[in-house]
Amino acid sequence: MKTKKYILAILLIVNIIFTPVQGSAMHIMEGFLPLGWCIFWALCCIPFFIWGMHSINGITKENPQHKMLLGVGGAFSFVLSALKLPSITGSSSHPTGIGLGTILFGPGVMSVVGSIVLLFQALLMAHGGLTTLGANIFSMAIAGSLAAYGAFKLCKALKMNNSVAVFFAAFFGDLLTYVTTSMQLALAFPSEVGGFTTSLIKFLSIFALTQIPLAISEGILTVIIFNLLTVYSNNELKELSVLPEEGL
Amino acid sequence: MSKKQIIRTNMILLIAVVMISVVSLYVAKEAEFTGADTKAENLIIEISPEYQPWFKSLFEPPSGEIESLLFALQAALGAGFIGYYIGYKKAK
Repeated sequence: MKTKKYILAILLIVNIIFTPVQGSAMHIMEGFLPLGWCIFWALCCIPFFIWGMHSINGITKENPQHKMLLGVGGAFSFVLSALKLPSITGSSSHPTGIGLGTILFGPGVMSVVGSIVLLFQALLMAHGGLTTLGANIFSMAIAGSLAAYGAFKLCKALKMNNSVAVFFAAFFGDLLTYVTTSMQLALAFPSEVGGFTTSLIKFLSIFALTQIPLAISEGILTVIIFNLLTVYSNNELKELSVLPEEGL
Repeated sequence: MSKKQIIRTNMILLIAVVMISVVSLYVAKEAEFTGADTKAENLIIEISPEYQPWFKSLFEPPSGEIESLLFALQAALGAGFIGYYIGYKKAK
């Protein structure tokens, strides 16, 4: 039991230290957002961050058996944000991996986990940035995870099966991250002719279009890991109300 | 679903993911596959030519090779943890 905890701790620390590595990722680049907007987005993140810390505290205190699974949610986000994939548009980008953790633990928890991923990427990898951290947390860890959560709940309400719900959660979580990034950039850099809308279309054509095939890939990859969890973590998924009590 | 079914479904899904990337590479044969963030950077310069990035990264990987080293480590460690977890649960 103790050894297990040590291994877990070491893996997580090493994981966090090396997280930061992306050259062509899609977050807003260091220095590329005016100061006012940097502050605005950082402030927008604070309430979600507090909510997330509160939820994580609840998990570690009341359901310590879910800690490993929380680690899996984080680890999945690490793997997926390291996968730079080609897109049919001829550019490349990477998925976010935020969907899985959101399905398991909700958007609050993932806003904290996503922040950690983004912080270390900004520090070690020159990917994203410290000044743009607030905006990037908002797009990926907040807008992305809220979209994933909403999509999952909607699919469940419409009585779709689990795999379909998981797919759409991950798909929309991924896509909405980059739609939000596009909006943030369009707000900060409205076009001289046409203003916000023209800029938004231009940024969307870069970020969102590239992201569509990647969001499909992320959806499928999330279904794969979710399938494994339904076999090996069936009890946990029931405890978290992700699966109905009576079985698969 | 039984374990056997899950493995079969997952193999098919994995092939689908690989196919999406392969098709992308094939469809956009001539493209350079630049990162979308580099493209956005150029667009910002196009929209606001007078804009100056006001902050630089504190640390940058010294080369593309070192960067890909860090990438590979990131993916390996994340995947390693997931593998450890599944193995641990399976043994239980």
